Amino acid sequence: MGTGRPAQPGAEGARDGARPLMSVRGLGIRFKTAQGVWQATRKIDFDIAPGERVGIVGESGCGKTITGLSILRLLPGNFAGLDGKILFDGIDLASCSARQMRAIRGKRIAMIFQEPMSALDPVFTVGHQIAETLRVHTDISYEEARAKTLEMLRRVGIASPERRIDDYPHQLSGGMRQRVMIAASLICGPQLLIADEPTTALDVTVQAQILELLRDISETSHTALMLITHDLGVVAETCTRMITMYAGEVIEDASVDEALVRPLHPYTSGLLRSLPHLCPRHGRLPSIPGRVPSIAEMPNGCRFRARCAHAAKGCEAEQALQDAGGRRVRCWRFAELNLPGALHPPGPAAAPMVARQ
Amino acid sequence: MTATSTEPREPIVSVRDLQVRFQTTDRRATVKAVDGVNFDVRRGETFGIIGESGSGKTTIGRALVFLLKPSAGAILHDGVDPTALSRSAFRSHRRDYQIIFQDPNAALNPRMTILASVLEPLELARVGSKAERERQAREALERVGLPQEFGARYPHQLSGGQKQRVVIARALTLRPKLIVCDEVVAALDMSIRGDVLNLFADLQRDLGLTYVFITHDLAVVSHISERVAVMYLGQFVELGPTEEVAERPLHPYTIALLSAEPRPLPSSMRTDARIVLQGEVPSPIDPPSGCRFRTRCPHAQPLCAERAPDWRELTPDHWVACHFADRPNFSPN
Ligand SMILES: Nc1ncnc2c1ncn2[C@@H]1O[C@H](COP(=O)(O)OP(=O)(O)OP(=O)(O)O)[C@@H](O)[C@H]1O
Ligand SMILES: Nc1ncnc2c1ncn2[C@@H]1O[C@H](COP(=O)(O)OP(=O)(O)OP(=O)(O)O)[C@@H](O)[C@H]1O
Ligand code: SF4
Ligand code: SF4
Ligand SMILES: [Mg+2]
Ligand SMILES: [Mg+2]
Repeated sequence: MGTGRPAQPGAEGARDGARPLMSVRGLGIRFKTAQGVWQATRKIDFDIAPGERVGIVGESGCGKTITGLSILRLLPGNFAGLDGKILFDGIDLASCSARQMRAIRGKRIAMIFQEPMSALDPVFTVGHQIAETLRVHTDISYEEARAKTLEMLRRVGIASPERRIDDYPHQLSGGMRQRVMIAASLICGPQLLIADEPTTALDVTVQAQILELLRDISETSHTALMLITHDLGVVAETCTRMITMYAGEVIEDASVDEALVRPLHPYTSGLLRSLPHLCPRHGRLPSIPGRVPSIAEMPNGCRFRARCAHAAKGCEAEQALQDAGGRRVRCWRFAELNLPGALHPPGPAAAPMVARQ
Repeated sequence: MTATSTEPREPIVSVRDLQVRFQTTDRRATVKAVDGVNFDVRRGETFGIIGESGSGKTTIGRALVFLLKPSAGAILHDGVDPTALSRSAFRSHRRDYQIIFQDPNAALNPRMTILASVLEPLELARVGSKAERERQAREALERVGLPQEFGARYPHQLSGGQKQRVVIARALTLRPKLIVCDEVVAALDMSIRGDVLNLFADLQRDLGLTYVFITHDLAVVSHISERVAVMYLGQFVELGPTEEVAERPLHPYTIALLSAEPRPLPSSMRTDARIVLQGEVPSPIDPPSGCRFRTRCPHAQPLCAERAPDWRELTPDHWVACHFADRPNFSPN
């Protein structure tokens, strides 16, 4: 149980100079399409410290999933090229050999998806699938692998795992399948778990169970978590840092508390203010006009410009992800804009919160 | 938004002991999708229904507009049982009760222009002359904030939010009294959702519409609705004014649901009072005896397995089905 815990010491490690577990630099992904080559993401930079829990948020199509997939080089067939570097413990995942990638994928970096059914093989029992992952990566007997699988199923909260281990995926509920996927991804003790919308298909009460499990495992095993979601509430409950993406770029990177209380990018601020339950009932919801530009017709300069209430002369220039005192933002006006966050108008607890930072 | 004296005094919808059963695909079992639900929808209000996947929300919504036939119980529109009407009277009656679903792509024919899609229900209902129908369709598009030139476009040329506006326009052409909105913003992007919710509020104010707003999103329901019903396994477990249900929930399931909702608040503002329910929703084919929530309820007693709790009005306008809802120690706060 328990939310509301402060950011862990060490979680800020990457920014305090400790060696990051992973450094993504200038990452960009291109796709071949009938209309030519599309630049789906570009200039993506971020670090993840060992054991840190980072949320990647943004609207549909902004590039969250393909960023996660590119880390494991699981890109679709029509992908046309990868720019930049993904340094993981000294190895560049963007350019390493397929063999090196196979040794890392599933063992040191694991990934889970929104729909566990598509990742589980319907013809094998869940126990077999988890144990196989272990046997591919380690020299271990069948019995040992089965014992470890049982232990892991228990760890992810499957009741009477000895009865469930020989079930087929279709015999399990959605929440149980997601637990099985988490068990399979954790069985080799990865240093980084990439979870792509792991609870979007689940009910709120089951979502709460899975998020608690992810948080708990990250804390006790010191597994770093990269949690991809469009739900800012999920990030607030689970992560310590929040990276916001817009139209294929990282536009803000800050601690969850900072980002929620005092966002620096107009898009992050607009998003927070447009969430329904932060408004008095029946009040009008502040909304962001317009729509996300499509990849085929990306504007020059700031990609948020056409929708931004603060656009000014100067916003037509390319925006760099710049340092803003321990956080980063892709907006040259950040220092002069005083943008509202989730607590608008600021609640009583907001003041000490800001002061403490 | 309030009823004028010329309008009937009855609630716009009365639901009595509604039951809807389905055969499973192998025909060996019966799913009690809705199992004994009672409520009224008041004229001009937004009535929210929340609950987990499979609890029966959509089934209720479909039954309300007579897209499916109740297995038992009654649904009255303005005090009238529409199934007792003649065929032609029933057909014109149905226009007043519309439903909009989550996925605008499924609702729009990709080969029809936007204008043709909006015109279609008017043509099927043979309303007025051709010119009159076109005028109404254009007016509906304008109402939902789409510029005239959108009429000539095709669905794939529109964004998700714009497509949902077209679907709303389509439902509006027949000038309904009530619209069942089933997860209508769930498929929309975050930054667009607010716009569409604002549109629903504007239309209600301008046209005096009544909504039944079905969603699993607590934030959405508490923003838009005056009253909210909480569903669990085919039954209502709680019903009351939204603010009261949100602030003083009576049923242990509502309490758990509210505490499970992830909130985008900084750590200093989140409480530790979270109840993480164990287990998952049982199957509606074979629901637990007595209280259906007892397999997951942190307060379950032996009585809960023996007897189903009554549906009672514990405080004025606030209904609950729990043997122990009057005990003050349920709530974590
Ligand atoms: N195989 C592909 N070919 C061409 N474009 C693609 C391909 N896969 C993804 N894209 C495009 O790349 C962009 C980013 O897609 P991605 O799936 O990463 O989005 P996302 O942020 O995960 O969105 P969502 O929240 O909807 O899952 C989108 O515009 C998408 O249309
Ligand atoms: N046509 C049908 N045939 C058989 N079973 C059905 C049918 N329609 C619904 N059901 C079952 O009835 C129950 C209630 O379904 P319903 O779609 O009303 O749930 P819901 O609350 O709308 O869920 P969700 O939040 O997932 O939309 C479920 O168990 C569902 O599987
Ligand atoms: S650079 Fe200009 S347009 Fe872009 S977010 Fe900042 S103020 Fe708005
Ligand atoms: S009747 Fe019993 S099991 Fe049902 S909600 Fe109340 S206390 Fe829980
Ligand atoms: Mg995605
Ligand atoms: Mg439904």
